[in-house]
Amino acid sequence: MGILTWTWILVGITFALYIGIAIWARAGSSKEFYVAGGGVPPIMNGMATAADWMSAASFISLAGIVSFTGYDGSVYLMGWTGGYVLLALLLAPYLRKFGKFTVPDFIGDRYYSNTARVVAVIAALIVSFTYVAGQMRGVGIVFSRYLEVDINTGVYIGMAIVLFYAVLGGMKGITYTQVAQYCVLIFAFMVPAIFISFQMTGNPIPQLGFGGAGEDGIYLLDKLDGLQQQLGFNEYTSGSKSMIDVFAITVALMVGTAGLPHVIVRFFTVPKVKDARVSAGWALLFIAILYTTVPAVAVFARTKLIETVSNAEYAELPEWFGNWEKTGLLQFDDKNGDGIVQYVADKAENELTIDRDIMVLANPEIAQLPNWVIALVGAGGLAAALSTAAGLLLVIASSISHDLFKKIIKPDISEKGELIAARLSAFVAVLIAGYFGINPPGFVAAVVALAFGLAAASFFPAILLGIFDKRMNKEGAISGMIVGLSLMFFYMAKYKLGWMGEMPPASEWWFGISPEGFGTVAMIVNFVVSLIVSRVTPAPPEEVQEIVEHIRIPSGAGEASGH
Amino acid sequence: MSKKDMKAYWKENLGYLAILLSIWFLVSYVFGILLVDQLNSIKMGGFKLGFWFAQQGSMYVFVILIFVYVRLMNKLDKKYGVDE
Repeated sequence: MGILTWTWILVGITFALYIGIAIWARAGSSKEFYVAGGGVPPIMNGMATAADWMSAASFISLAGIVSFTGYDGSVYLMGWTGGYVLLALLLAPYLRKFGKFTVPDFIGDRYYSNTARVVAVIAALIVSFTYVAGQMRGVGIVFSRYLEVDINTGVYIGMAIVLFYAVLGGMKGITYTQVAQYCVLIFAFMVPAIFISFQMTGNPIPQLGFGGAGEDGIYLLDKLDGLQQQLGFNEYTSGSKSMIDVFAITVALMVGTAGLPHVIVRFFTVPKVKDARVSAGWALLFIAILYTTVPAVAVFARTKLIETVSNAEYAELPEWFGNWEKTGLLQFDDKNGDGIVQYVADKAENELTIDRDIMVLANPEIAQLPNWVIALVGAGGLAAALSTAAGLLLVIASSISHDLFKKIIKPDISEKGELIAARLSAFVAVLIAGYFGINPPGFVAAVVALAFGLAAASFFPAILLGIFDKRMNKEGAISGMIVGLSLMFFYMAKYKLGWMGEMPPASEWWFGISPEGFGTVAMIVNFVVSLIVSRVTPAPPEEVQEIVEHIRIPSGAGEASGH
Repeated sequence: MSKKDMKAYWKENLGYLAILLSIWFLVSYVFGILLVDQLNSIKMGGFKLGFWFAQQGSMYVFVILIFVYVRLMNKLDKKYGVDE
């Protein structure tokens, strides 16, 4: 059977599965809609968190990014996993004990202020919308590459599926579909990786094959370092970014991860405090399975690609080269007309342009794996994009129906009314996300990476101080969030988007830190502003200080002492 | 739970956090970034050690850290009778 047939079959089966789960797990109450009734077993929550977390970018683009940047790509590997340690140790158990539905809920109650709540809602909406637009686009792209439909048609199909299970099932439906999506995506990622690792190193475990040797007995990494240098690129295992920038980006990504509302909210869905702790562990374990495989795939793919195409006769290249040339992901321009592919670092002489996504998408073909494996990668990419989109849409919907509508505009709304409002906001959110998917604003791609900086600059300090600093008051938290968020915005607008006159060159970055890493600076400023302002303004009321004591104790025992 | 117990529980918790987060910082920021060049002169199989920490080792340690934390806290909760 051909690749296309296999893809339709696998995508059809997995989509039927998602829809089936959504019907089975419909939400009957607003508690089920927001936090899946609070009864998700920790292992399942771990899987759902992993699927929620790993987006189309993790699945399709990450190996390619690492593959082209070598050591510098470590910022994403460490940055997108290390945040879970912060989440597990510093945030998740306490937020679970607090026992509400959303992040703005915590901020609003802990800082006894609707202003704080509104600031948190705005931050949640900004972070989630920038992120979700990229996901819907990702759904469209995967559809178009694998099923040969138009990108927009792909976005429509994706919208219809997400609409179905997010509106119907809320968090409950999303959680259980994410569990299924995790299984699909990890299987789809690991199967080709294991095949290729075995082919290239004789070791089926990619994490070990990564440090192994090929048939010629030379360690793969040494060989790649050599190849890279021959072609004029940086040595693979050493980077080109400055150390301070690598440091800052890693911090921003870690802290941003811990501050992303769609990740935090997952820990509200488990029954107990101790479940929140352990499910963060499961989540990271499930994420690490993919994230430790990614750098291995990056090395396999890059070595294989260079060996196959570098200095090869164009006419004699394998069939996959032509296939991917048609999609535009590979472009060959025979500048010196000798019919041989020159792939070198020097831009004037280089004849081959390679899209980074090809490292995952074309890898199975390059390694000559069976058609069903190639099709599987398509189904996995869709699972990754859909699960993340759904999680983000839920945050958007609950921010509107719960934090704004129920808590501020119309507190006397009935349970039934709130559930209808939640479904309606999910519906509208899908439409808006779909609109951005079809008409992506030019800055979306640039901004997605910065969503982390925004989360790091706004939520993380406010939540952390809310738990660990009893003296933190609303004045401190609100001014910290506003200053942090604005500073991040300003830096982004000036140095990344070029909205303030001509875009300044990298040499003008503050402390040599790129916009991607600037979240670290904005976060520190947030902390400093919060601490100073809180110390010169009145302490929070007695009952708020009791809330803080209460969330620090896992069992219900804390309740008896106070309220 | 008395005020005194609560203080003691919180103090022990903060102690665990300090130790675990120091390890977290050490394997990623120190081994993977600040000392990467020095560690790269040591080889472990086909890996340069600093590179290995940045792209593999730190992530394994992160996972282990969370599960260690879970165990420590479950024990601590029992000790103070605040487990569920």
